[in-house]
Amino acid sequence: MRHFETKIPADNAQVGVNKKHESAINHVAGRATYIDDHIAPENCLHAYPVISKISKGRVVKKDIESLKKLKGVKTVLTAEDIPGKSDIGPVFPGDKLIADEKIEFHGQVLMLVVADSYDNARRAARKAQIETSAEEPLVDIHRAIQQKKWVRPPHKMQRGDAEKAIANAPYQLTGEFELGGQEHFYLEGQVSLVNPQEDGGMFVQCSTQHPTEIQHLVAEVLNLPFNKVTVEMRRMGGGFGGKETQAAQWACLAAVASHYTGQPVKIRLARADDFKLTGKRHPFFNQYRVGFDERGLVQGADITVTGYCGYTPDLSDAIVDRAMFHADNAYYYPAVSITGNRAFSNTVSNTAFRGFGGPQGMIVAESMMDDIARKVGQDPLEIRKLNLYQPGRDQTPYHQTVEQHIVLEMMEALETSCRYKSRREEIIEFNKTSEVIKKGLALTPVKFGISFTVQHLNQAGALVHVYTDGSIHLNHGGTEMGQGLHTKVAQIVAQVFSVDLDSVQVSATRTDKVPNTSPTAASSGADLNGMAALNAANKIRNRLIDFIHQHFGSEQDSVVFENSRVVHQKGELTFKDLVNLAYMNRVSLSANGYYATPKIHYNRETASGHPFFYFAHGVACTEVEIDCLTGESSVMRADILHDVGNSLNPAIDIGQIEGAFIQGMGWLTTEDLKWKDSGELASFNPATYKIPAIGDTPAEFNVELYDSANPETSVFRSKAVGEPPFMLAISVWCALRDAVASITDYQWAPPLDPPATSEQILKAVQQAKRWNQE
Amino acid sequence: MISFMLNHSRLTVDDIEPSMSMLDYLRTRKQLNGTKEGCASGDCGACTVLLGEINQDGELVYKSLNSCLLMVAACHGKHVVTIEALTPAKLSISESDLHPVQKAMVDCHGSQCGFCTPGFVMSLYAMYITFSEYPGQEKVIEYLSGNLCRCTGYRPILEAAQTCYEYPRVSLIDTKTVLSTLSEILLGPEPSLVMKGKSCLIPQNLNQLCEIKSETSGVRLVAGATDLALEFSQNLSVTPALVYVGAVDEMRKYEETDDEIIIGAALPYSQFLPIFYNSFPETQEVFHRLGSLQVRNAGTLGGSLGNASPIGDPAPLLIALGAKVNLASSNGVRSVKVDDFFTGYRTTVMSANEVIVSVSVPKKIENQRLFFYKVSKRIEDDISAVCVAVKLTLDGEEQIVTSIKTGWGGVAAVPVSAPHFESHLINKTFNQQNIHQAVYHLNKDFSPMSDVRASSEYRMEVARNLIDRCWYELSSNEVVRVKHAAL
Repeated sequence: MRHFETKIPADNAQVGVNKKHESAINHVAGRATYIDDHIAPENCLHAYPVISKISKGRVVKKDIESLKKLKGVKTVLTAEDIPGKSDIGPVFPGDKLIADEKIEFHGQVLMLVVADSYDNARRAARKAQIETSAEEPLVDIHRAIQQKKWVRPPHKMQRGDAEKAIANAPYQLTGEFELGGQEHFYLEGQVSLVNPQEDGGMFVQCSTQHPTEIQHLVAEVLNLPFNKVTVEMRRMGGGFGGKETQAAQWACLAAVASHYTGQPVKIRLARADDFKLTGKRHPFFNQYRVGFDERGLVQGADITVTGYCGYTPDLSDAIVDRAMFHADNAYYYPAVSITGNRAFSNTVSNTAFRGFGGPQGMIVAESMMDDIARKVGQDPLEIRKLNLYQPGRDQTPYHQTVEQHIVLEMMEALETSCRYKSRREEIIEFNKTSEVIKKGLALTPVKFGISFTVQHLNQAGALVHVYTDGSIHLNHGGTEMGQGLHTKVAQIVAQVFSVDLDSVQVSATRTDKVPNTSPTAASSGADLNGMAALNAANKIRNRLIDFIHQHFGSEQDSVVFENSRVVHQKGELTFKDLVNLAYMNRVSLSANGYYATPKIHYNRETASGHPFFYFAHGVACTEVEIDCLTGESSVMRADILHDVGNSLNPAIDIGQIEGAFIQGMGWLTTEDLKWKDSGELASFNPATYKIPAIGDTPAEFNVELYDSANPETSVFRSKAVGEPPFMLAISVWCALRDAVASITDYQWAPPLDPPATSEQILKAVQQAKRWNQE
Repeated sequence: MISFMLNHSRLTVDDIEPSMSMLDYLRTRKQLNGTKEGCASGDCGACTVLLGEINQDGELVYKSLNSCLLMVAACHGKHVVTIEALTPAKLSISESDLHPVQKAMVDCHGSQCGFCTPGFVMSLYAMYITFSEYPGQEKVIEYLSGNLCRCTGYRPILEAAQTCYEYPRVSLIDTKTVLSTLSEILLGPEPSLVMKGKSCLIPQNLNQLCEIKSETSGVRLVAGATDLALEFSQNLSVTPALVYVGAVDEMRKYEETDDEIIIGAALPYSQFLPIFYNSFPETQEVFHRLGSLQVRNAGTLGGSLGNASPIGDPAPLLIALGAKVNLASSNGVRSVKVDDFFTGYRTTVMSANEVIVSVSVPKKIENQRLFFYKVSKRIEDDISAVCVAVKLTLDGEEQIVTSIKTGWGGVAAVPVSAPHFESHLINKTFNQQNIHQAVYHLNKDFSPMSDVRASSEYRMEVARNLIDRCWYELSSNEVVRVKHAAL
């Protein structure tokens, strides 16, 4: 595998410069089409699920016949009608396409209505009569922990004797907190359109981050070989992890309906149903014990993270693993024990969401740093810096050595640029005299491991065609969900040929163009697919160079691609003329590319290895205000310095950082998932579940990229950016705690269970006031 | 049959469900798929369109609306503008074809997944045609507070809102043609939609409306549809007899007498609030947070009161101000104090044949102080956990409370006042000590519920503390509000 780095000519750089999103013009004109925008075929049917109204129990009787008589209804399907596999669990079994008898969560699909219109399907599904017998659901995680009701066995990482180190340390602290989940709230809900084909196969258009898995599951559900199913995905209206596994059920259901009716079938979930029927970010219950010395230097830490997984494993094994992998964040624990539990509950199965457990683990480390700082009477920033990984103190709890040490430098740079010290003093002064409004400040780091922790997923393919007019067609296995992946990969291909970006056309992701792909997840999109596209483009470029050598007699080394021209020893010609000439001389102008991430391995038995190719870093400093009468809060200012290696596209990277920060801020402040005791989701629409609105954007919001190449041989020495900046928002939560801590003169910060809603903040304020009185 | 303009065309429609939303009409009947469905409940703004209508001065004015909450029936004689109208109708477009707000969104990297983008563009477009120069960030946030974006974090969109004013100004609407087309439609036959036993009648005056109300039982009145549309889109309910009241002149008036302000029941918030603020500037903060601009462009006082929602923000204010609801029927007219208007959860004193014509608000008298607060999980476009209005008259150096009237939302099944609490402050000095004693009587006035928005304990605590906030605002130099773009 050849890793590629070329000098990027300053006057014709396609990579490393701001380029607009490849669909920007269509986006703003309302011309970018999403699945539901396609003009459906004349005979298209619409399917809608009938869902459970209880969280646990059994189906006693389904009244299918009267349902079939409702207006517009073509057919009604149940679990028995599934031709092939009925379990669509992505890694482990459990996720039923349609429940047979056993009901395991409120909102579970019990039947499927197929009708002549969306409206008729939805109305009929609503009217379905299903008799059930209810049992008491398990909704409370603490009961699950007590009963050790896990969806997967616990896992443990250890280095040294944490128990002993904590016991021997001069100080010990313990803490625990509940941490809310998060609804993805992609603006485009789940949607699939399936068209039966003449060969008995299915053509599936689906808003998914994982076309290959959709292909496999549709095929298995219908008992078809994979080659009979083609999945196409042009763009998603947002994914954020919510369309990694959660898109499959709707595609498979539409396919089953299509199988029975022989007609195209579309399924689109209405927003409230999307809330109820699809998995979310895992809520967690986290506990820690830490031992440290007088300076606040950690001696040992014992951490337990427990994810609320819902009723099946889905991706929870890897998600809780990633929480464990990040329970250190950027800090060295000389002796450490980290336990991860995967708790069962009778709720929808929780799933991937930007950060994939990382944020839920990382916040433990940050909570610990704050609590240590209060205990030893130091500014939390000093405690954070003191405990950072550094040469010699560089072993992670999973025995990977941290090799790149730039966090301290980044923290110090941001500390200076955002005037941390003087603002800290101003805030302390302000809080002394302000009775109602208190300000808080926090500067926190992020170190996030890049690579799928499931090793085989770290591979990608791409397909590049050069046409005889010099225009280029690019296809790769990654999916576009707004993150600018297609733009970045096209930039990479344009750079290889040194042509204008406009001459590279990216087409929809399709399983018949690039097969056996991994999900576009784990921030890996550009790292993997960019490298595969680079590989494909380089193959063609090398053929062209060889051709020039043969045809003109120029040395290969003399060939230079620049500004849509190709210069060689014996002359020069336009790129267009060269490819046309090469074609006339029977040189192949099409190539596929492939990439597999090197170096990575992890032994889960021993909980050790090198699971991450590299780490991405960032630091954020956030200032907040809280209202001690109402608990209302506001983020006043955020300064961010983030490490994307050598940026492929600074505008897109900054967009990812800003968007991730605000999304993380929402998770930790206003996004409050609530379930009733019955297990029914209570916050099931945007009227009751509040993601950040435009006024929540900090009045001062400064984002800078840290100038540093990826020491690993990533594509153009860039770094992944999708998830890492999400965790910069932990600084918001720490700043809110800091504001509350001002009430105790920074001697103690009460617990503040995220999301830190007004209600939680007011509770913490009252606790702080009581602490002062005691 | 109804007629309206959709982008460049005049349309006549009679073959649709009378309750059909403009969003469904655009997407399922006209294949105008640039308008997106994000939530179909008026909370995300992805389906934002512009609606132009001729105002009382004969001018053509445009406002942004959520097309999911906009009934097609409400568009008679109006101009619906969708995202498709902003660029030329050719197969492929380039940057030079874009409107300045679109170009700015591209140049500032304001779109990522692109799904919310058409809605943002339409809200920006509404701002652009309303203000010929950059109106400042506060206005931008007002115009965009009803548009949710999950990708960008909004920063580039805020930048685009400013940048669009740096490009040469473009005007796309041919005002003259639109005015003449709409005038022609309005002079035409009286509109209504009837289909398979279901109907939406569109009376043009109060007499007609009262007649319908007394003749047909079970009719549902609809003005801005910001609430009713959810019954259709979320509950899938069917209402056989709808009556759109937005064309009834008597319900769209705003009048001031010497001692009263009379606000038409079908006048959208955004149309009367700017004038109302002249008399009651203290209400601006909460009304700015009532729904989003798209919702305020549609929603009405009549709708809020008629629905008798326990969490509507206007009712607490109207209770505190001693406002009256003016009702009419074919039997005559009567007025009811807002205090006495609600009888239970979503029920009122109105009889089946009555309609709300207007609301009369007594003007402020000297020494009267007004406080109007709202606490919600998110500051913008969120339903109150607690909403309170306090009207207070203080006398002399001693700050003796000579009169106090409060109205509360979110704390009971109906908007309520708090006579027990009030009685413990009357004739007392308005100081913290007396306040702290008085607020402990609030639990005799109401006991809030716990729900998805807040716990009963939090609601009660905040209710008490908001009276403290009044004192801080009145008697101290303390800052009592976090700095937030929408506060």
